[in-house]
This record gives sequence, C-alpha cells and structure tokens, in this order.
Amino acid sequence: MLTAALRKEILLQWRTRAQMMAVFVFGAAALLLFSFAVGPVAEMLRQFSAGFLWLGLLLSSTLTLAESYHAEMENRALEGLLLLPSDPHALYYGKAIANWLQLWILGVALTPVMVILYDAGTTRVFALVGVIGLGTAGLSAPGTLYAAMTAQVRSKQTLLPLLLFPLIVPALLASVKATSLIVLGDPMGQIRPWLTLLAAFDAIYWSLCGLLFGRVVEE
Amino acid sequence: MPRRYPYGIAAALLAIALYFGLATTLVDQYLHADISLGLSVAARTLISVFSGLTGGVIWLTADDLKSPRRANAIILTGVVLIAIGTWFGLFVAPPEQFMGDVQRIMYVHVPTAWNALLALTVAFACAVFYLFKGDWKWDARMEASIEVGVLLSFLLCCQGAIWAKPTWGVWWDWDPRLTTTAVLLFAFLGILALRKFVDDPVKRAIWSSVATIIAYVDVPIVYFSVKWWNSLHQLQSNPNTVSKPFWIPLRANAFGILFVMVGFIMLRARIASLRLETEMAPPPVFAEAEAV
Repeated sequence: MLTAALRKEILLQWRTRAQMMAVFVFGAAALLLFSFAVGPVAEMLRQFSAGFLWLGLLLSSTLTLAESYHAEMENRALEGLLLLPSDPHALYYGKAIANWLQLWILGVALTPVMVILYDAGTTRVFALVGVIGLGTAGLSAPGTLYAAMTAQVRSKQTLLPLLLFPLIVPALLASVKATSLIVLGDPMGQIRPWLTLLAAFDAIYWSLCGLLFGRVVEE
Repeated sequence: MPRRYPYGIAAALLAIALYFGLATTLVDQYLHADISLGLSVAARTLISVFSGLTGGVIWLTADDLKSPRRANAIILTGVVLIAIGTWFGLFVAPPEQFMGDVQRIMYVHVPTAWNALLALTVAFACAVFYLFKGDWKWDARMEASIEVGVLLSFLLCCQGAIWAKPTWGVWWDWDPRLTTTAVLLFAFLGILALRKFVDDPVKRAIWSSVATIIAYVDVPIVYFSVKWWNSLHQLQSNPNTVSKPFWIPLRANAFGILFVMVGFIMLRARIASLRLETEMAPPPVFAEAEAV
C-alpha cells in the first residue's frame, strides 16, 4: 500500500517537474536576494551562508507543500482515495516521503548556488547531503500534515507558513547550526548534539503526524 | 452526582492552597504566629501548588457553560488577590539587592509565565479529550484556553522586554525561555487563525485539536534547542532561594492570575459554546419540519 501511494506521488511529481524547476528558481532567487540584505562583504556572507540556505529552502518548501495536495483537491479525489480499502496512514507516509525526497533534492540543488554566491564551499559533501536530508525530513513531516488541512480552506497560502514556521524552529535551528559547522569547520566537534536533536525531532514528528493524520482527513 | 458537588471540592482545594501558600506566610510575618500545622516549607509549597492546580482545574471543568456566575465569582477572588499582591509587591516588599526597584516586575512576570504555560497545557488536555471523547464542551474550552494562553504569552513577552532593557541593556534577548514564549505565541496564534478560516465546526474542532497537540509537543524541543544555542536568563528560583518578604506578592499574584485565568477561560468557553450552538442548529425550515 505504501509503495503504491509513494509511486503515485513520485509519478505525479515527475509529470509536473516544471513546477519543481520553478520552485528551484524561486529558491535561487531568494538566495540571491539575501545577499543584498548583508552587502557585498564576502566574509559576512560566508558566515551567514547556512542560515540563508535554510531560509531559502524553508520559503520554497511552503510552495511545494501547499502544492502537494493539488491533485487530491480536484474532483474530490481525496474522498475517493479514502474510500479505498486501505489505511490512510499509507496515504500520509507516501506523500510525506515524496515531499521529503523533493525537498531533499531541492536542498541539494540549492547548495551549489550557496557555494558560488557566498563562497561557502566544503569538501564534506556527504555530511552536507546528510544534514540536508535530516533537516528536510523535519520540514516535510509536519508540513505534509498541515498542508492536508490548509489545502481544504480559504487563503491556504497564508495559513500554511503561519502554522508551519513556528513549529519547525528547532529543526531549522539545528539544521542551520549543523550546516554552518560543516561549511565553516568544526574544530570542537560540536555537530553531534545538533544531529541528535534533528534526528529526535524527525522521529517525534514522523510518528506523531502519522498517528494524527487519520483524524485530519476523516469525513 | 449533584451538580454542586464538584464546586464544593474545588472551593475547598483552593482554600487549602491559599491557606498553605499565602495565609501561613502572612500570619507568620505580621502576627508572628505559627499556623503551619507543623508542616515544613517544602511540604506546604507542594500542597499549595497541587491543591491550587487541582482546585482550579475542577472549577474549570465542572462548569456546564450555562451561566457566567461561577466564572465571575472566581474572577472577583482573583482580582482581590492580585490587588493584595500588587500592594505588597510595590509598597511592602523591600527592593532587591542588585536590581533595586526594577526587580518588582518579577511579581507579575513569574506568575504570568507559570499561568501562560498552564493555560496552554489546559488547551493541550482539552485537545486530547476532544479527540477521544468528541464532546463539544472540550472544543469550546480549547478555543478559550488557547486565547487566554496567547494573551498571557503576549503579556509575558512584553514584561520580559520591559525587564530586560534596564537589567541586560537590550529589549530582547535570545534566551531559551523568552524565545520559547515567542515561538509559542506564534504557534498558537496560527491555530487561532486556522480556527477562523475553517467554517465546518467538526473539521475546525478536529484540526485545531491536532494542531494544538503538535504545537504543544514542540514546546520542550524548542526550549532545549534554544538553550543549547544561547543562554543568559537567570536560573529559576525555588522557595529556598527566594527570601521570605518576596513570597507574599509572588504567591498572591500567582493565585490571583490563576483564578482570573480560570474565570476567563470559563467565560470565553461559554461564548464559544453559544456560537457553536447557533452554528450547529438546523436551519429554521428543517426545525419546523422536524417539529411536525
């Protein structure tokens, strides 16, 4: 069931890849704009690079998350899916995993933009990709749940960030810290607690949101 | 069980809380008599906190949201207590050794913090009860306690800023408790906004319960993440580190704000439940058809 749901989501995303491209351009444009807030001081831009990357990713994520229930809202397709003799949890996890992969790819794609614009290169590529994976997992679990609510109401574009942003403060904080330790160097070995925090956040929200999703979509 | 029963128990518990929390210290300070019944300070504090919380919660949950009488009664008691606390805090308690008169804001700041967290805890409990029981009263109470909690958190941020400027030299500091309060404020404001945007009362109740649970679980995570990130706030105090003249205003205000909070939640829940009734009522045409 989960694989079928996941397959459906990934297929949908692949067929609307133009949208993903547009979100990437949006994120890159945001990264470009952030540098104007600081000014052309290379050292300062490098200092803040991790924060900018994650803010860019966060802003783009509201677009992909809000869009992720688009197909379900047409012709009351969500009700049809719920009528299937299957578990709504599979629906949630399929969507959450698909959103996670999409955000992960987006984050990895935005990294070169960060490296070029802010001179924030690193050789620890795998560690960086791993941190982006953990951080985007923290965005997608509550994001997918909230998107299920906000997709069904008026002014969803306002409501989703309003609900999501305060909630993911710990994930954002830990991701920014971990990324910046990778980019700027970590002589004291401080990255471990931040990764633990991220992993704990992910574990709590991936299980809690899955538990509560059934109540959110029930009729 | 007769309807008056829970109120009797709650009133007794609140009286016990006031006796051990406030009266013993007052009598000890001004009449130099010992009415503590031989209990140690720690035991008295524990009894007072426990019975105060239980009494407040029983008073709050026993209400059938029909009449505002009991809410008004507890608000009145709370206002009297806050008046006592304010009088003692401003004119009786000595200025603090290091911070001087600035420190007097502590007498409202700390009780506000306790009660803000308590209001949001009540909201969380209401959300869980609603999801399991599906009783509309819990939905009304959840809406009320989120609103009161948001109000108290907002006051808390303002008081924190007012206290921070003369002592730390800045309006805002990225300290765990201050930052967590700000995050809480925005998280629960978001839930109130969600409630405004959803027209279907069933969906509104379920979704805001889910969002409340998710946001509440976030509180300790936010707290610890910000704590690792940065810290400057002074450590929490306990009865052993707070000297006796400071007890009376602190505790009078703590109980006062608790009582007012309980009363506000009851009044606001009554409004919410009245609105729910009109929303859920069948349109007049159907009502007539049913009557026939």
